[in-house]
Amino acid sequence: MKQKQITGSEALMLALQAEGVRTIFGYPGGSIMPVYDALYDYTRGEKKAFDHILVRHEQGATHAAEGYARVTGRVGVALVTSGPGATNTLTGVADAMLDSTPIVVIAGQVPIGALGTDAFQEVDLVGVAQPISKWSYQIRHAEDVAWAVSRAFYIARSGRPGPVVLDFPKNAQTEKVNYEPKHVDFVRSYVAYPTLDPNAVAQAVALINHSQRPLALVGQGVELGNAQQELKDFLEKADIPAGRTMLGLSALPSNHPLNVGMLGMHGNYAPNLKEQECDVLIAIGMRFSDRVTGNLKTYAKQAKVIHLDIDRSEIDKNVKADVAVVADCKESLPAITALIDKGHHKAWRDSFLPLAEKERQKVIEPAIHPKEGPLLMGEVVNAVAEAAPDNAILVTDVGQNQLFATRYFKYHHQRSICTSGGLGTMGYGMPAAIGATFGAPSRTVCCFMGDGGFQMCIEELGTIMEQQAPVKMILMNNHYLGNVRQWQDMFWNRRKSFTRMMNPSYALIAQGYGIPYEAVTEREGLADAVARMLATDGPYIMECAILEDDDVLPMTPPGMNVNDMMLSIEDKKK
Amino acid sequence: MENKKLYTLLVYSENIAGILNQITAVFTRRQVNIESLNVSASSIPGVHKYTITAWSDEDQIVKITRQIEKKIDVVKANYFTDDQLFIRESGLYKLSTPIVLENPEVSRTIRRHDASIIEVNPTYSIVMKYGVTDDIISLYHALDEFGCVLQYTRSGRIAVTRGMQEEVSKFLEQREKRLTD
Ligand SMILES: Cc1ncc(C[n+]2csc(CCOP(=O)(O)OP(=O)(O)O)c2C)c(N)n1
Ligand SMILES: [Mg+2]
Repeated sequence: MKQKQITGSEALMLALQAEGVRTIFGYPGGSIMPVYDALYDYTRGEKKAFDHILVRHEQGATHAAEGYARVTGRVGVALVTSGPGATNTLTGVADAMLDSTPIVVIAGQVPIGALGTDAFQEVDLVGVAQPISKWSYQIRHAEDVAWAVSRAFYIARSGRPGPVVLDFPKNAQTEKVNYEPKHVDFVRSYVAYPTLDPNAVAQAVALINHSQRPLALVGQGVELGNAQQELKDFLEKADIPAGRTMLGLSALPSNHPLNVGMLGMHGNYAPNLKEQECDVLIAIGMRFSDRVTGNLKTYAKQAKVIHLDIDRSEIDKNVKADVAVVADCKESLPAITALIDKGHHKAWRDSFLPLAEKERQKVIEPAIHPKEGPLLMGEVVNAVAEAAPDNAILVTDVGQNQLFATRYFKYHHQRSICTSGGLGTMGYGMPAAIGATFGAPSRTVCCFMGDGGFQMCIEELGTIMEQQAPVKMILMNNHYLGNVRQWQDMFWNRRKSFTRMMNPSYALIAQGYGIPYEAVTEREGLADAVARMLATDGPYIMECAILEDDDVLPMTPPGMNVNDMMLSIEDKKK
Repeated sequence: MENKKLYTLLVYSENIAGILNQITAVFTRRQVNIESLNVSASSIPGVHKYTITAWSDEDQIVKITRQIEKKIDVVKANYFTDDQLFIRESGLYKLSTPIVLENPEVSRTIRRHDASIIEVNPTYSIVMKYGVTDDIISLYHALDEFGCVLQYTRSGRIAVTRGMQEEVSKFLEQREKRLTD
């Protein structure tokens, strides 16, 4: 039978379909026009396979793809043109790399004949993307499309997930090819799922069985491995208290009895102090970021460290492991659980309580139930968390808004948090929230942003408007680049160098985009305003007038010992 | 500087464009300079071999090795110290022929260092030496004493492990087998 020849662009459509892609976030341009022309047929009529979401900036496309990936566990897709379209995606690619988020960015490129000539909108995308992506590849001919796309998706989602960049020269988009589907689920040079070593498991089991004061550190690896149940089984059998990293917050529900809070610089007091007291530290799918460990020279020196990670290069990178279990935690956790004794650590667990109580009195209560003065971020987050349905997804931007939101939101379901942890990308929130609404249309998406970050991808209000994406935007306006202002106050002699910011009328902006808007200035009106926001279908902006110089606490200043975490600013003077 | 040693990394990769960039970027990011570099086809079809030397401490070189191996198209990366390898480099010395003829000590030095003269013409002579780094450098210093060296260059290192088999082919065999079970 003579096969029908199709273009490389149509081959891309079929290859994306074969990977189960349903949603594409994109922005067209000269070098990707053949693909957009093919996409026209595949987004309507009998061939319809995809929804294409036209973003307003390519960075938005990548963050939207990230948000989509984070809540679904599937690969997010961004489609852009060459040159500036491609370079605009780099922040999102780097963000996805640091936060292990599976996205595939497909960018147009000048035809291969023009490569290296400084042709219009030519950028060496593979060259610039290589160090910040899991894999970057140039598809030079139409016949490579099926293979390269399948390989890209396999690499993006397997093992430790990450971003893949496909550079797609225009000639390959228009060339004809006899399309043959390819399914890549093996790359010989890439061991996505290392084989579990039973010796390592046995050593981990021995350490855990002999420990008196074990502490688990739960990271996003648990979510990425879909091992939330396996984690619970392990923790419950071993009776081990667990702190979660910021990205791992929804790997264990907030109300789980073994949850002892968030780790890190602005995490909870008890787990930070107890890292310095435990005798065995069990790190599960987390990478000992400096935001978690503080001063490495003093970090958990008394403890034996068991490190479960799928990525061998994380072992001993920051913290030396006494036992490394290199495998998918979906596999390693049950293997360990099966062999450990039933643990009983009530006294040790109870020893967290006075610390938690101290934090509650000194920090949490004043933050979420203030009696006077302007609104605080903590109370706004708390009000939303109390009123939002259990299935709500938290999306944050970066800054104080992020730290308050992650601290005071409540996580009931897995895959309930989208935040830029590793790169700390301002501007991430709004587009990531758009992606989350497409990935999880039945869940409520609450996106907390500061006045700085709101404006950093503010153009995506256009996408929200056009798609009527039901993002509940909570703009916590303190008229400052608050997080930097806090550091200036704490470490730079209160010299507020360019952190105070003049703001526009967000009411008028909302009006321009036709998005329902409400301003909250008084404590009394907060709960009702939150209720109105949550009861409104579609997008919503709730702007809260926040105390200008509130600080995020507790805090372990950068490079300090985690046990020197401060509960109040006055502590710094000690 | 304390615990720095010269390490040799043997890296095997698929024959895909851009790998060298990715490998060197790992060194740059960790602020380790590459001392020498040699790239060639390996004994395994379609697999390229990189021999890279760098001064580093073990902690750092472990991390670098793992970061390199993490690259999708890198098959294997391992680091070695000199005692674990059979190592060769070569040196080329372009000497002034008149000085060489004038001073018989030059020829004697070349012979004593087990080097060979591979071309002679009235203006210059080419000497070549195989060996380990120090031998090649010491011949350079010896010749330089006579003021006869016009140009000198030393190659990157090539090395094979003292162990029995090319570990990489075993690894690939296992990988391919897994594909078929
Ligand atoms: C793209 C980018 N630029 C700069 C920074 C540095 N930075 C971190 S937090 C912050 C302030 C954020 O201000 P705002 O969005 O108003 O949030 P707030 O801290 O006030 O809640 C800045 C400038 C960053 N993280 N990302
Ligand atoms: Mg602000």
